Amino acid sequence: MSDPVVGVTDRRASRRSGRSRAAWVPLAYLAPAALLYGAFLLFPLGRAAQFSFFEWDGLGQSTFVGFGNYIALVQDEQLREAFLHAFVLIFFYAVLPLAIGLLLAALLTRAQVRGLGFFRTIIFLPQVIAMVVVAVTWRQIYAPDGPLNGFLRAIGLGDLARPWLGDYTFTLPAVGLIGSWVSLGLVTVLLMAGMSRIPPELYESARIDGAGPFQEFFAITLPSVRGEITVALTLTIVAALKTFDLIYVTTSGGPGTSTTVPSYEVYRRAFQLGEVGAATAVGVALTIVVFAINFVVNRIGDKK
Amino acid sequence: MQRHTRLAALAGGAALLLGVTACAPGAGTPENAPSGGAISTDISEVGEMTLTVWDQEVRGGQNEEIERLNAAFEEKYPNITIERVSQAFEDLNTTLRLALTDKDAPDVVQANNGRNTMGAFVEAGQLRPLDDYADAYGWLERYSPSVLQYSTYSEDAAVFGDGNLYGLPQMGEVVGVFYSKSKLEGLGLEVPGTWDEFDAALAAAKEAGEIPLQLGNIEQWPAGHVFGPLQGAYVDPESITSLGLGNPGASWTTPENEAAAAALQGWVDSGYFNDGVNGTDYDDAWQALADGQGVFLLGGSWLSADLEDAMGEDVGFFVPATESGSVATTGGTSLPFAITSAAENTDVAAAYIDFLTSDDAMDIIVETGNLPVNRTAELAPSSGVLADVFAVFGEVTTDGDLLPYLDYATPTAGETLGRALQGLLAGEMTPTAFTEQLEADYSEFVAANE
Repeated sequence: MSDPVVGVTDRRASRRSGRSRAAWVPLAYLAPAALLYGAFLLFPLGRAAQFSFFEWDGLGQSTFVGFGNYIALVQDEQLREAFLHAFVLIFFYAVLPLAIGLLLAALLTRAQVRGLGFFRTIIFLPQVIAMVVVAVTWRQIYAPDGPLNGFLRAIGLGDLARPWLGDYTFTLPAVGLIGSWVSLGLVTVLLMAGMSRIPPELYESARIDGAGPFQEFFAITLPSVRGEITVALTLTIVAALKTFDLIYVTTSGGPGTSTTVPSYEVYRRAFQLGEVGAATAVGVALTIVVFAINFVVNRIGDKK
Repeated sequence: MQRHTRLAALAGGAALLLGVTACAPGAGTPENAPSGGAISTDISEVGEMTLTVWDQEVRGGQNEEIERLNAAFEEKYPNITIERVSQAFEDLNTTLRLALTDKDAPDVVQANNGRNTMGAFVEAGQLRPLDDYADAYGWLERYSPSVLQYSTYSEDAAVFGDGNLYGLPQMGEVVGVFYSKSKLEGLGLEVPGTWDEFDAALAAAKEAGEIPLQLGNIEQWPAGHVFGPLQGAYVDPESITSLGLGNPGASWTTPENEAAAAALQGWVDSGYFNDGVNGTDYDDAWQALADGQGVFLLGGSWLSADLEDAMGEDVGFFVPATESGSVATTGGTSLPFAITSAAENTDVAAAYIDFLTSDDAMDIIVETGNLPVNRTAELAPSSGVLADVFAVFGEVTTDGDLLPYLDYATPTAGETLGRALQGLLAGEMTPTAFTEQLEADYSEFVAANE
């Protein structure tokens, strides 16, 4: 009875020791990157998660409060409002640029425009400029006496002119459109890369079958760039949810609380109110929401 | 099998993380060092030493003032080297918290007076009380009590404005009305002496097709400097001081406070402000006044240098008198210099603060275009907007009432006030709702302190 067991363990042990040397090699290659990743990403993440279980003002002694910060977080109406604003921003950062980007990319790749590289650069430019610069520029554009209102008055639409960043109804969409403007470049360039890989024969055969431009777009172009759409959505949704600099520079969450977002709440709690525990709890919750949404996006995107 | 290796590595990493992070945040914070030992005002014999100072005087004239005083101090005490770390107000406010708890904490820091900065530091035992040095150097004779109250806290920081002294400011600040002399003359008006006359002037400016009042409130806090002086016209100074310092015994939900809020909203309804104040930049607003758009602007004395550069002799400054005939308006001091609990040698730190705020230092502060907190009337320039500013500050600190900034009150007061004022200006919030919101912030804090 005991013999076969011994035999099995022996065999396993020998196999393991044989493998262990080989297993060390890839790990050794990984080590430098893993160390850096651990020191600058996993360690702070772990610390943040740990802090979120304490009540701490950043100065004195801390008190362990278990899930207290998270319970307070769920009950905080202002925070729920902030998350709601972040979801509205997903529309402006991700959905809207995707719709426009699909159209632009389809036009640019199909029309064989001269100087395509130039247009690509122009469209991609907002992505390259630092967000703070973008925000300062748009703050000027949206000012009551700024170019946007000047333009509206010039074309006889003066009734539509308003303080875009100081209006309880229009400030969130106004800020969101800045995000759309920034995201559009990335989305379009990604989709153009995807579309240029589609073999022209597909379009030719579709045309022989009598398909129009719309049928071509929905039957061939759209399904072919499914992967790129998933990547674009992942990147832009993450950008929407972690919006901080744009809000910080343009509105500081105002007017009133109409443009508060979770990342801004993290900053506000940690540095202005001295509630480090509560701030990290918001940060951890935001991380979880980002992961969850992108998990869903990628699951849907990967399905064929 | 590969998957298992990966899992094992992850689990190992996680275990390592937990092991490293087992200590609680803030556990290493030192307790307040006992300050019982003998003090000395003679620091020429302390030997070679470096004094680390964190300040936020980064703007032109203020930077120059500190540089000159630092050089003079090092000349007087060759054994002391000053290591100056200077950063903008916002940056200092966000980094000071972490710096104070560090083992290499600075010796002297400029800490904002309010509850969420100096109050929090006092509560955590990070600042050293200065009362023994105040006696030794005679600071209580140098400063007026209404100035010193803004850097005074009880030891547990529950009371603001009474207790131990924790810092000394160099400069004064006062909020009032800037105006264009030529515009006012064009309207055929004298400088308004009372709030009623000011209201009449606003109406006359509107009638004449001018923008009566410039305000840029996208940053949320600027409207506080409009509401503060206006509140001084309706509410008694003691109540405002209690509300502004977050001490018990007052209430926001009074008819007087509501009347002040209603008066501000009335200015909006009468069309006295420029269009879209909540979407206008603070800097754009005073620059608009300088460009000849608008007659009046409520703002702090810190704007006077920039406005004078742009408008020359055309700009003036005043504060309307209250019904009792005295002047009550928002103001205070520049950020007080305080000694940290971690300071290596408190005698040296105190000597430095004494030097920065001495009577001689006030001369240098004036020479570099700033408003000195002491000897104000004596050092006033004979003309220009600074003459007006010096006169108003002198009057408010001697015969009138210097009212605290309302955001000192609680850690959240600045934000609550800013958001409520945006609501009030936009007509989203009634004066009653405005006072109720501020009362909620104030009473919650006061209750938690008892």
